[in-house]
Amino acid sequence: MADLWLQFLLTLDATCRVATPLILCAMAGIFSEKSGVIDISLEGKMLMSAFAAAAVASLTSSALAGLVVAIGISVLLGLLHGLASVTLRGNQVISGLAINILASGLTVTVGIAVFQQGGQTPNLARDERFRPIELPLAEQIGHIPVVGTIYKEVISGHNILVWTAFAAVIVTAIVLTQTRFGLRLRAVGEKPEALDSAGVSVAKTRYLALIIAGVLCGIAGAYLSTAHGSGFVREMTAGKGYIALAAMIFGKWQPRGALLACLLFGFLEAVASRLQGVQLPLIGEAPVDLILALPYLLTVILLAGFVGKAMPPRAIGEPYIKER
Amino acid sequence: MAQPNEKPSGGTSLPLAIDLLNINKRFGDVHANKDVSLQVASGRIHGIIGENGAGKSTLVSILYGFYTADSGSIKINGVSTPILNSADAIAKGIGMVHQHFMLVPNFTVLENVMLGHEGNLRIDVAAQHTRQTLEKLSADFGLAVDLDMIVEDLPVGLQQRVEILKALFRGAEILILDEPTGVLTPQETEQLFDILRALREQGVTVLLITHKLKEIMAITDDVSVMRAGQMVAHRKTSETSPPELAELMVGRKVLLEVDHSPASPGKDVLVVEDLCLDSPGGAAALKDISFTLRAGEIVGIAGVSGNGQSELLDVLSGITPPTRGGFYLDGRYISGKTPANPATLRDLGVAHVPEDRHKRGIVLPFSAAESIILGYSAASDEGEGWWLSPETLDTHCTRLMQDFDIRPPNPKLASGNFSGGNQQKIVLAREISAQPRLLLVGQPTRGVDIGAIEFIHKQLIALRNAGCAILVVSVELDEIMSLSDRILVMNNGQMVGGLARDEADERRLGLMMAGIGADEQGTGASR
Amino acid sequence: MSSPHDLPRWADIGLIPLINLLAALVVSGIVVAIIGENPIEAMMVMIKGAFVYKGSLGYTLYYATNFIFTGLAVAVAFHAMLFNIGGEGQAYLGGLGAGLVCLMFDSALPAIVLLPLAIMAAAGFGAIWGAVPGYLQAKRGSHIVITTIMFNFLAASIMVWLLAGALKAPGQMSPETRVFSDNAALPFIHEIANAIGWEMARSPLNLSFVVALLACVGVWVLIWRSRLGYAIRATGHSADAAEYAGIPVSRVVIIAMAISGGLAGMMAINEILGVQHRTILNFTSGYGFTGIAVALMGRNHPVGIILASLLFGALYQGGAELDFEFSTITREMVLLIQGLIILFSGGLAYMFNAPLARLLAMMLKGNRQTEARHG
Repeated sequence: MADLWLQFLLTLDATCRVATPLILCAMAGIFSEKSGVIDISLEGKMLMSAFAAAAVASLTSSALAGLVVAIGISVLLGLLHGLASVTLRGNQVISGLAINILASGLTVTVGIAVFQQGGQTPNLARDERFRPIELPLAEQIGHIPVVGTIYKEVISGHNILVWTAFAAVIVTAIVLTQTRFGLRLRAVGEKPEALDSAGVSVAKTRYLALIIAGVLCGIAGAYLSTAHGSGFVREMTAGKGYIALAAMIFGKWQPRGALLACLLFGFLEAVASRLQGVQLPLIGEAPVDLILALPYLLTVILLAGFVGKAMPPRAIGEPYIKER
Repeated sequence: MAQPNEKPSGGTSLPLAIDLLNINKRFGDVHANKDVSLQVASGRIHGIIGENGAGKSTLVSILYGFYTADSGSIKINGVSTPILNSADAIAKGIGMVHQHFMLVPNFTVLENVMLGHEGNLRIDVAAQHTRQTLEKLSADFGLAVDLDMIVEDLPVGLQQRVEILKALFRGAEILILDEPTGVLTPQETEQLFDILRALREQGVTVLLITHKLKEIMAITDDVSVMRAGQMVAHRKTSETSPPELAELMVGRKVLLEVDHSPASPGKDVLVVEDLCLDSPGGAAALKDISFTLRAGEIVGIAGVSGNGQSELLDVLSGITPPTRGGFYLDGRYISGKTPANPATLRDLGVAHVPEDRHKRGIVLPFSAAESIILGYSAASDEGEGWWLSPETLDTHCTRLMQDFDIRPPNPKLASGNFSGGNQQKIVLAREISAQPRLLLVGQPTRGVDIGAIEFIHKQLIALRNAGCAILVVSVELDEIMSLSDRILVMNNGQMVGGLARDEADERRLGLMMAGIGADEQGTGASR
Repeated sequence: MSSPHDLPRWADIGLIPLINLLAALVVSGIVVAIIGENPIEAMMVMIKGAFVYKGSLGYTLYYATNFIFTGLAVAVAFHAMLFNIGGEGQAYLGGLGAGLVCLMFDSALPAIVLLPLAIMAAAGFGAIWGAVPGYLQAKRGSHIVITTIMFNFLAASIMVWLLAGALKAPGQMSPETRVFSDNAALPFIHEIANAIGWEMARSPLNLSFVVALLACVGVWVLIWRSRLGYAIRATGHSADAAEYAGIPVSRVVIIAMAISGGLAGMMAINEILGVQHRTILNFTSGYGFTGIAVALMGRNHPVGIILASLLFGALYQGGAELDFEFSTITREMVLLIQGLIILFSGGLAYMFNAPLARLLAMMLKGNRQTEARHG
């Protein structure tokens, strides 16, 4: 029984780590889409940032430098998406898709050119990564049943970027609901004419949203390669950007809902990997692949309107042109 | 007859809030505003009246900075100012209540008013200040609204109030209202007028854009008339009358008398009974419409656009099902519970020339030959099976192009490249050649040149003589009068009356269209 | 998506795709230069690798076959103004359909019956996988872009589960079915050629290429010569006009997505029946996404799609050669070029339209003025 409990806690611990990039990208998606811009390129931004972070960390031996450059690259990609979607009024879905494919190609190409390791970056040493942070008294409190073990196993031991992800949720919520910028951002995704006729630039607001999204994706990418992992591996995002998209939709474009969705999806992934090869009563071998497919299935069910409505921002995907 | 650019009589001594001189604005080929000049005296309610497409909305959009005029000057309160965007306009004290509200539907009233002018980075602080200001404004102008309601839950009249509050909150001393009463009930309209009077008391200048004569007479001090992009007259409201304004609005066009032998109507083809339609917002778009249409007669529906005519055509053609009541077509009853789609109605012999040919009548990127089978492309129509042979289509199209004098007679030319008149002839050719029992026609000659107008009218008369029942909806009174055997008038979603051809004249019809004047003017015409 | 602004039709169809391609190649060339190689040399290697070396044309056409199918799929959906991003998943399930038929009947049926059956199964499975998102869009308003993306992942999960489980070849470790018997194989073109005395180098090019070309004809006939195609195009250009015409818009959407999915599903026959002769993991390798680029460049018309497929086939095959000859460049360079092409022809689409329109207007105005003077 105690063993099951410990397993459960370890799974929760893993959930936090798996969910971190999802949470960051989901928040990024919320900023973009709430401002009315469809952003499919979360995956590509995260991939490029992961590469940039690992490459710079390897070359400068500083994870922090890697993080900064990763954020910069991701913001640049966000601005590119903005150029296509906002200024040139092009197709936002295609632009996002293009960035993803571009990222897949560019990361490996540059990776080989710089490191000659088939697209990977060299393995990062301990001090070139973000290290887990043991919270004070974790060892001592760890003996206390329930509370102590939770503190020790689940809460303590995460690196700074995991904490950043959870903080990002709070910051996103506060920005959206408590600040002037958040009010204008939400307005421009629902009815851009309202903001335009108030004398505020629709384009500027959307670009700002895309920049913020870029920052968050940059952190997510850096996390993958310099905190969670120890270097960049080709296609290391493995669809996490799309899961983040699904989580954002599942959370109905709200920070809290998206957080819960990310935790749920992260939990499913953590459970799936722990059940790999395990024989379950009745079912036989655990259907790990099907468990991993649940986030996508749940999102489709939600979109089909079977579990309540998922209403995107009203003006999403429509380039803003003044009516005649 | 009014001269363009006539100065308002007796108003020159008052200071001018707005002074526009020779404003020009083109959109591609369309000359939306031609040398428009306007002087609005400060602290008065000034109306601008004109038909749809007259250029009123363009003019005020320029005032509000949505567009920049191609040429001309703007003076606000005597100071010459370029208005490059909405922020400029707001800074100059101009506020606007748009026809289609600029409100974020899922925000509260407070949030909508604050938007863009919050005054603080933090919403809670901004909200507090806004609330205080709004309380004062509400008291001053009688604009009571619950600030914490979600806007989309409010009735339309209250939503409009929010728009007014928004403008006042931003410091508007000049308030423009673009077609404000289109979506209001009569009671809400009265409330709006009370608010406008209160605004005038406080020295706010009000510019009211409308196409409804009744409102101009009820609330404005001065009125300017626009027609076809030009300013055609200015009057003091107390010195004019609805018939004069109606005449100025509609204008005198070359009256094309079509050879109109008297009709010999046959049996009933269409019987409409207590037809009602509620629009998605809940307001009634059609109220208890009843009339009959017989074979071999043309019934024209007159009325200023926006009074339910478009909705009536949508229902009769099967695009929208009725909410209550229905109509009989050759014995078959169509209602909300027993709806029929456009394809079924075509099978029953109904043809439809839609009001907006660009939106519904043709597919602009399609070739003429492809547009000319729109609605008749199902497998059950002429031709074999699933195959659409371009030769057959082209032959069919060429024949129709000859019969209907469509130029250039090139079936392969994209529909969007034909002139307006020829596009309309394509639609007409298609619908007439289907040999319908009932033809619904909306705005048959909108955007069509004179020569084509004559041709189209002749075609309709010929069709009538061949025994078809025709329902024509048009905002052009001359057209209705020259085509129809019987005329029905719609106002505010209802049939307000009807006249037979020989009884009808512009004055009587104009009064009915304005909602003034009652059924007693007609004699047995709205059977 | 790409409205011509003031561009004459020939410029929009012919010139703009070329400019987009050029822009993509220029940017790629810059990247190549930055990583220290000669872009011109790289270009020459790609061209030789795609067309000149022995067997290379066959490889190029073999890749092109995949892109024709997925490109047609995107194009058909696009004529109804629907964005089918689900080509990957639809193709994947097509492989399942073909695989199931072969596994069940390859010992019982002769090739002449088995192969058409397998092709139909591939199309059928793909069609279902396209029709469901179509239904969700038409009847429940679910955005087709998101649902098709999700369906891609669902397809991948289903295939992994099946191929590592129920369908796995007995006694084997790798997740794939057993090899089909010989009558379940589409003949290679080089074998056919050699049989009639025509010398042709070995390559994976197989009969599915012919099927792809037939599909091009079929799609052309469907879209521009059939009543259904008329309804699809009308719905795509103007749902209002379609409604006015009594065209059942919901039904048209679902049918268009089914046809689209079916075409993507048929991509599987090239890989599964033509080359691999068993159903394996990940045989779609991103070809579904390439289909989007192909449809964009080919302006959603079969002729354009064939040309664009050739281009991308050359890119892929040339990319393999690049990988072989340069230690610093791999096949991912092709992804880079592909991404840039999609970016320029889709996202940044209007970047070149306006300047080009102005340039053409200036050139034409010059002509017109001389004409006017001559009266």
